[in-house]
Amino acid sequence: MAEDIKYQAKDYKSDQYVRWCPGCGDHAVLNCLHKAMANLGVAPQDMAVISGIGCSSRLPYYMNAYGFHTIHGRGAAIASGVKTARPDLSVWLMTGDGDCLAIGGNHFIHAVRRNIDLNIVLFNNKIYGLTKGQYSPTTDRGAITKSSPYGTVEEPFIPAELTMGARGNFFARVIDVDLKNTTEVLTDAARHKGCSVVEVLVNCVIFNDAIHKKITDKEFRADRTILLRHGEKMIFGKDNNKGIVLEGLKLKAITIGEDGYTMDDVLVHDANEPDPTLHTMLSMMSGDMPVALGVIRSVEAPVYDQAVEEQIAEVQAKNPNRTLREFLMSGEVWEVR
Amino acid sequence: MAEQTKITTLEKVVIRFSGDSGDGMQLTGTIFSNLSAVFGNEISTFPDFPAEIRAPQGSLSGVSGFQVHLGSRKVFTPGDKVDVLVAMNPAALKVNKNNLKKNAIVIIDTDSFQKSDLDKALFTTDNPFGELGLNDVQVVAAPISTMVKEGLAEFGLDNKSAVRCKNMFALGLVCWLFERPLEEAMNMLQNKFSKKPTIAKANIKALTDGYNYGHNIHATVSTYRIEGTKADPGFYTDVNGNKATAYGLIAAAEKAGMKLFLGSYPITPATDILQELSARKELGVKAVQMEDEIAGICTAIGASFAGAMVATSTSGPGLALKSEAIGLAVIAELPLVIIDVQRGGPSTGLPTKSEQTDLMQALCGRNGESPVVVMAASTPTDCFDAAFWASKIAVEHMTPVILLTDSFIANGSSAWRIPDMEDYPEIKPNYVSNYKGEAPWKPYRRDHESLVRYWAVPGMEGFAHRIGGLEKDYDTSAISTEPINHQKMVETRQEKIDKIADYIPELEVVGDTGADLLIVGWGGTYGHLYEAMETMQEEGKKVALAHFKFISPLPKNTGEVLKRYKKVVVAEQNKGQFANYLRSKVSGFNPYKFNRVKGQPFVVARLVEEFTKILEA
Repeated sequence: MAEDIKYQAKDYKSDQYVRWCPGCGDHAVLNCLHKAMANLGVAPQDMAVISGIGCSSRLPYYMNAYGFHTIHGRGAAIASGVKTARPDLSVWLMTGDGDCLAIGGNHFIHAVRRNIDLNIVLFNNKIYGLTKGQYSPTTDRGAITKSSPYGTVEEPFIPAELTMGARGNFFARVIDVDLKNTTEVLTDAARHKGCSVVEVLVNCVIFNDAIHKKITDKEFRADRTILLRHGEKMIFGKDNNKGIVLEGLKLKAITIGEDGYTMDDVLVHDANEPDPTLHTMLSMMSGDMPVALGVIRSVEAPVYDQAVEEQIAEVQAKNPNRTLREFLMSGEVWEVR
Repeated sequence: MAEQTKITTLEKVVIRFSGDSGDGMQLTGTIFSNLSAVFGNEISTFPDFPAEIRAPQGSLSGVSGFQVHLGSRKVFTPGDKVDVLVAMNPAALKVNKNNLKKNAIVIIDTDSFQKSDLDKALFTTDNPFGELGLNDVQVVAAPISTMVKEGLAEFGLDNKSAVRCKNMFALGLVCWLFERPLEEAMNMLQNKFSKKPTIAKANIKALTDGYNYGHNIHATVSTYRIEGTKADPGFYTDVNGNKATAYGLIAAAEKAGMKLFLGSYPITPATDILQELSARKELGVKAVQMEDEIAGICTAIGASFAGAMVATSTSGPGLALKSEAIGLAVIAELPLVIIDVQRGGPSTGLPTKSEQTDLMQALCGRNGESPVVVMAASTPTDCFDAAFWASKIAVEHMTPVILLTDSFIANGSSAWRIPDMEDYPEIKPNYVSNYKGEAPWKPYRRDHESLVRYWAVPGMEGFAHRIGGLEKDYDTSAISTEPINHQKMVETRQEKIDKIADYIPELEVVGDTGADLLIVGWGGTYGHLYEAMETMQEEGKKVALAHFKFISPLPKNTGEVLKRYKKVVVAEQNKGQFANYLRSKVSGFNPYKFNRVKGQPFVVARLVEEFTKILEA
């Protein structure tokens, strides 16, 4: 990696024509990733972009990097292999709600649990797009889709809750239409050592249009979302006068200056707190509460791929054998002359 | 020492240590075979343990055995029937009743042949030998438990710890029987229990007591002498097939100057490969245990994409789970070694027993036209060479290679000359630096001769590229669904595998030239088929053996060899998978078949009988 090279977003664009539907949220994420990589200054040859199957999993073809478009659900396992073999690479996994949480659920939770230094971008449009409109593990209960003509009868996963449940150390949520914040969060995710999960709420114009509209629409976005920033007060709203407070064991949205609440009552966001309780509560806010965006959790913890290398180094420091023959000769052998 | 005793000099002898799974029979057998190997005998071993970790004590399902075949010349199998059986309890005697040669020596612990012990093994009388119809065996009945307890009184061990040493008493007795000096066994025990000096001393005492007991009673049985052999000079160790497989992978990575990565998941009988490679951190091996079989292969594929030499180890059910990912490695044209230690199937089947029933799965078990290289190892030590070759072919030809071993050779062991790596060929991956074409490099640009694509590994500047499971254009390497291109890519992938025949050794035939019967086999049945051939030759029959290590592609001379003989029999531990495969590859080939699917190794005597019938038909 040459230190003095300054990369630009265009350096990460491949020569392939981008084939997502016009208006698809994936375009925005791709552009943000190009910008984030330029921010990070990682050389294209030192970046590996892995994906499974689904609309979002086409993304590696549009990156000028080492890319591998693999099989359905297995991206997390393949990316784990890339990173464990080559910790020097910046390894990204592009995955969707079906790929990551249905067929690939097992690999996802174990990659998170092991804390492999992957950057997982989870495109959540709450639908199977590539197979044309079946419900996914994040589809809301009762939603009518092609494979649930009378509505689904199952509870959805909340990706943040699953990540915390799998003992994840980095979770962020962004919306496709907020390019500035998405770029920033992707940059933060890459800088975090360990497994980073970034859930992007993306719109599928064809099969699930406006699924996130009630929070992403400019008209009420400020009142229905809260952008969390580490070390800052949890305030939101068009007039920046609303805040999150803790009452008993529950979070509550209040208006500063009303009902006796002052700015002092409003929580300060601590993304680095090891205890995931509050992070989980924040990430699960919905209904009357604003949906939390930004880096919700970012905690330092031992990283798998580094630990694998460290263990080898520790053993090697104590054991001089470096070739198979040296090893075999140090065991039980006898000589025939 | 044994001058008053009759000494019989034998060329070969088979001994089986058998007892409860807690009786330490595997250790006893291992020590005896190791010290025999040090003595200069050829050895072949076969551990046979129950699927249950601890079945009810004394029960028939809890019997654990370790069989060793010693010879003053080459031995290829652990032997059919035994000359000496150590039966630590009535259950061990009962399950082995059909494995005894006429006049076999049976050593029993009379303390474990009491009424309650006989009941547990479902005997109905108090005469187990009579009940089993074993009237022509020589019984050495000794109160082993009592003598061990008395002999170890000075050590102040509790009763249970003292009785645990009874396996060493039995070992001492067997050492006397075979005139084995005890020093080597003592060294092995000293090493084994180096952190528990009292236990080491107690075991050594029991061993010595057993030896002296044999000497003092002047047992009326014969003692045996198996002369040492002249092996190739060099350093030797004892190795089983799974370890040899692990070492073959390490050797290949060393030869290629690559890092070795194993992605795996525990499964009987392949787990030893994962365990051995996990322990070899001083050699820089990265071996990871993943969440399932699929992640095992997928991490390996990821590591391969990242430039490592990679493998995944499994058994039949795991291979089934890995099949989609193997297809990915086929279309992405990435090197990958898949080791399938075959066991009895279908489904969970017979997890601790051995079969050759995964051949068709290895050859065909994927969606689409999905050719891979398929190889098979023939003996425990051949697993080393096979794993080396599998790795070499994988990285030099950018392809998945399935290496079939089986439970029998994976657990069986024999003496192994520690290889000199200078005797092994170079391994040179086809890196993108070899590309000299005029057109700009693309990931699926190929060498015209071998059709192998040029490999660019992440980190190489200027070669960033995208590959994946979607069909690609032959020239541009971009995604393509174009019909003519797909046909061309399908043909190319097949042709690439077919061309590997130019890089592998031709099929060898051993035995009589102009034989009346050619025996054909593959994989772990080599030893049995070879011994069957030898036996028939001794009987004056003209037979030969062609044993396959390379199955896909087949060696180039396969058709010519098979058609050279009037009669050919294909013997395998399945319903005829290899025979049918050969028929599909060699027109007009119509062999006799010998098939057994019992989960047990072939029996040489039975092979000889069947092959003789074919010969005389």
